[in-house]
Amino acid sequence: MEEVAQNIETQEYFINMGPQHPSTHGVLRLMLTLDGEIIKKVEPHLGFIHRSIEKMCEKDSYQQVVHLTDRMDYLGCHINNEAVCLTVEKGLELEVPERVKVIRTIISELTRLSSHQLWWGVMGMDLGAITTFLYGFRDREMITDIFEETCGARLTMNYNVPGGLMFDIHPNFQNRTKQFLEHFKKKLPEYDELLTGNVIFTERTKGIGYLSKEDAISYGVTGPSGRASGFSCDVRKKNPYSAYDRVDFKEILFMEGDCFARYQARIAEMWESMKIIEQLIDNIPEGEYKAKTKAVIKLPPGEYYQRVETPRGELGVYIISDNKKNPYRVKFRSPGFSNLSALDKMARGFKIADLVAIMSTLDLVIPDIDR
Amino acid sequence: MLSSIKKYFSDIYNGVKSLFTGMKVTGHYVTHPSEIITQQYPENRDTLKMFERFRGEVVLIHDENNEHKCTGCSACELACPNGTIEIISDKAIDEETGKPKKIIDTFVYHLQMCTFCNLCILACPTDAIKMAQTYEHSVFDRSELTKVLNKPGSKIMQGIK
Ligand code: SF4
Ligand code: SF4
Repeated sequence: MEEVAQNIETQEYFINMGPQHPSTHGVLRLMLTLDGEIIKKVEPHLGFIHRSIEKMCEKDSYQQVVHLTDRMDYLGCHINNEAVCLTVEKGLELEVPERVKVIRTIISELTRLSSHQLWWGVMGMDLGAITTFLYGFRDREMITDIFEETCGARLTMNYNVPGGLMFDIHPNFQNRTKQFLEHFKKKLPEYDELLTGNVIFTERTKGIGYLSKEDAISYGVTGPSGRASGFSCDVRKKNPYSAYDRVDFKEILFMEGDCFARYQARIAEMWESMKIIEQLIDNIPEGEYKAKTKAVIKLPPGEYYQRVETPRGELGVYIISDNKKNPYRVKFRSPGFSNLSALDKMARGFKIADLVAIMSTLDLVIPDIDR
Repeated sequence: MLSSIKKYFSDIYNGVKSLFTGMKVTGHYVTHPSEIITQQYPENRDTLKMFERFRGEVVLIHDENNEHKCTGCSACELACPNGTIEIISDKAIDEETGKPKKIIDTFVYHLQMCTFCNLCILACPTDAIKMAQTYEHSVFDRSELTKVLNKPGSKIMQGIK
């Protein structure tokens, strides 16, 4: 038998994964070079959902640019909005009221929680556990209700405007958020019972898709995926914006760099997010919900850059202004794009089924990659 | 040899135990149906109420006399990022002063292009438009989504400048 196997000539072959594949969570096409079931190379092909958001920004006013960023990383849309607003405020040298900073921080953390909940549900589903999907969405529903009541939309909220917020928080906001925290503190341990300890799940994630710290840095893998490889890159700690300088939270670091570490990093981040919200929810300062801005915003000529921490990693917004009412050039450094670039490195030598687990733990959102 | 056999069986034990831990959670919900939060949509259409800020579609507010507050200033049209609103204006004679003034002829709203960003509502100087809490927008033909918001025969309220 051995002899036969040696004499058979094998050859590598290509296979397309996507653009319509349930585990790519969107229209991403991966060209896989395979040797049997072992992955030799992964080449992502992008562009299926490219809407030229950066170009569209060039004809929009600064107020209008904000709503386009909802359509990038739609699971972290509030944070994207905030990033644009912070950049514009930096250009205007505008100090926003304390109330705005605190509300923005609370809603950002709620966004992070809802994104991680959805990720957890989908990750379980990718690896064959449909139950998690329903449980993740159950808890996420409470957050989308909070958003719907205060911001008016569940997903594409567009709640930030340059200078502050679109409207003040709803009178029910604090109560609902506290109710949610109370509820979710009981439910998060369920997540661990359902998935974290599950033998099938751990077998499929432990030791899979290893990414070293050096590689994480050189590929620019940020967010929980980078921190699971020991790369300390939390913008909220390194370069605090809004109200992150006054809250006490830990930067989650894991050293293993495998799928299970990335999974644990996100679960641990949910606890930290709840801690941040708890510190702020009773201390929202009184005051205006928006600083005064002109109806037509013109940034002084120059270049402005602001980075924020989205659920997927570091989002950078770069605006060049030539003193007109619309930006000369806008560039988004989206976390998904850089994280995807490390996929090849992580997947080599593993099997196709492992690739699904690796992509899940990278938490890719395709419109964020393509923009 | 002995230790590997021991490990083999302890792995099986721990594996099965972990599966039962998960099943305990799901079993809890099977026996506690009151904790299930699923809504029976569309059966609950009559009782389903959206939050007051929910952005369903843009409407022009009309009062009981079929009067609205829109002056035809086009501020909403300019604020809209994607050309969803088209104001077609007309000239009329102001009854009080006798001077010509601008009024709206048709307020066209393309629901299919709207991103529900709320910028038009913020831009309107007379609060003539608002977001309605409607939520079922699917139609059989795309042209049904292009709407005229001012009702036939409606006119502007007195005293709105
Ligand atoms: S909500 Fe936004 S997209 Fe829709 S009509 Fe108003 S400004 Fe235009
Ligand atoms: S709805 Fe408001 S902003 Fe738009 S044209 Fe009428 S008055 Fe002007």
